[in-house]
Amino acid sequence: MVIKTEPFVVNIGPAHPSTHGVFRMRATLDGEVVLDIEPVFGYLHRGIEKLAEERTYTQIIPLTDRLDYLASMSNNLAYVLAVEKLAGIAVPERAEYLRVIMAELQRIASHLIGVGAFLNDCGAFMTPILYMIREREKILDLFEMVCGQRLTYNYMRIGGVSHDIPEEFLPALKKFVDSMPGFIDEYDQLLKENEILLARSKGVGILSREQAINISASGPVLRASGVKWDIRKVDPYSIYDRFGFEVPTGSAGDCYDRYRVRVEEMRQSVRILKQAVEKLPAGEVRSEVSHLVRPPAGEAYGHIEAPRGELGFYLVSDNSIAPYRFHVRAPSLLNLTALREMVVGWKVADVLAIFGSIDICMGEADR
Amino acid sequence: MKFERYGAGIAKGMVVTLKHLFRHPVTTQYPEERLTVSRRTRGNELIWDRERCTGCATCAKSCPQGAIRIVTSRGEENDYIVEEFRVDSGYCIFCGLCVESCPYEALFMGYGYERARYRRRELVLNKEELLTSEKKQPSGYARPKVEAALPPQTLLLDRDGVKK
Repeated sequence: MVIKTEPFVVNIGPAHPSTHGVFRMRATLDGEVVLDIEPVFGYLHRGIEKLAEERTYTQIIPLTDRLDYLASMSNNLAYVLAVEKLAGIAVPERAEYLRVIMAELQRIASHLIGVGAFLNDCGAFMTPILYMIREREKILDLFEMVCGQRLTYNYMRIGGVSHDIPEEFLPALKKFVDSMPGFIDEYDQLLKENEILLARSKGVGILSREQAINISASGPVLRASGVKWDIRKVDPYSIYDRFGFEVPTGSAGDCYDRYRVRVEEMRQSVRILKQAVEKLPAGEVRSEVSHLVRPPAGEAYGHIEAPRGELGFYLVSDNSIAPYRFHVRAPSLLNLTALREMVVGWKVADVLAIFGSIDICMGEADR
Repeated sequence: MKFERYGAGIAKGMVVTLKHLFRHPVTTQYPEERLTVSRRTRGNELIWDRERCTGCATCAKSCPQGAIRIVTSRGEENDYIVEEFRVDSGYCIFCGLCVESCPYEALFMGYGYERARYRRRELVLNKEELLTSEKKQPSGYARPKVEAALPPQTLLLDRDGVKK
């Protein structure tokens, strides 16, 4: 007897615990196998790009906190870099170092959640992520000490940072930097050779080098596919050219490589932090810039290597106190476009693992 | 799906789990056990200093949300009298830009974090509710003098290596 079957359409999300926010995937299934997948965006759209056009340049900084809420410091940094480029504002030396310290701490914090959430999606429910949240908590403590909040930092300012660090910050940071490699080793011992994780992620969701470049993926997704591309190296912003660090890359472009690249990046961030703490100069943390910045008419694009990839802010000024156009190049959104290439042919359970390995933040993808 | 090496990697991971049995817990039992927040906490509810405020409305202009409303009238000595100073903390995003921009240091962020309300209308604070009281302490955000007087923040980092 021949059973007549036909493809079946299933909605994964928008309110699904594995979609890291509100994201909907319309999956066409043949039994368990995914034939096609269509991402549906826009469930978290808040119109931040339009809101920003009605605010002054300083007032936009708290808005950028709310884009990628797991890496607010990086968002702050990318935005103020764009404004400084537009208005030609110089930043004091100490502020540059503080910015690098904050950005790298934020990268570790974000990757901890990224790796932990990926393992959550792989089925290691809540155990590994709690080890990682413990270390993230220490970073959040440091951020809270400096800027007074744990999620929406609003720390960077145009022409520097809002406050100097309190005196107890550096000893605490040194302690963190010294202990962090030990904790990363602990995660590796816990997970690196775990057979279940290997079976779930090795060879799953392969994104080839060509595909990754064609969809303009960035960040760990691109580097796991074997492309050595890091904005900190290829277009050094701030003072990143003064630090020695490696750009870890993968070879296969599968979920396991993406996970490994994130863990190795954390080690490199610790390395940068060590150098930055040693070299941190004394001095001013903010140059004399008015709260109402009025850049000359023109346009500027400032981009950084955020934890999720190339984060860019494109600003057009018409010589008023608010930008004429404000556009965000969000790495989450562009990395998500690789989803279809990766998941077709895999089972539903693998879809969530692959989706988790991209490490997206919907606040940024929909903005 | 292959299963290699008879789960040696899993056993290796279990060693980590075992070690953690002898570790001091990192969690706290919140309502009974409280941590000290940062000295620069941007906590609940703005605090307004009636004497220092000149009614210049710089805070209202710097607020990205438009949560601050100030109505002033002209006084006898050609100064402003603050008739109304109203903050809708339901709109407040606790960015701290108002406190930073205040030229007379008349505005403070709150140090508290347990000021939930049952009604939305209770979130709108008028002149009297904005003053400091026993329940409402000012935080040291952008106010170094207040910051120095507050107790240091408890850090999870200090618990590293503490045995059970």
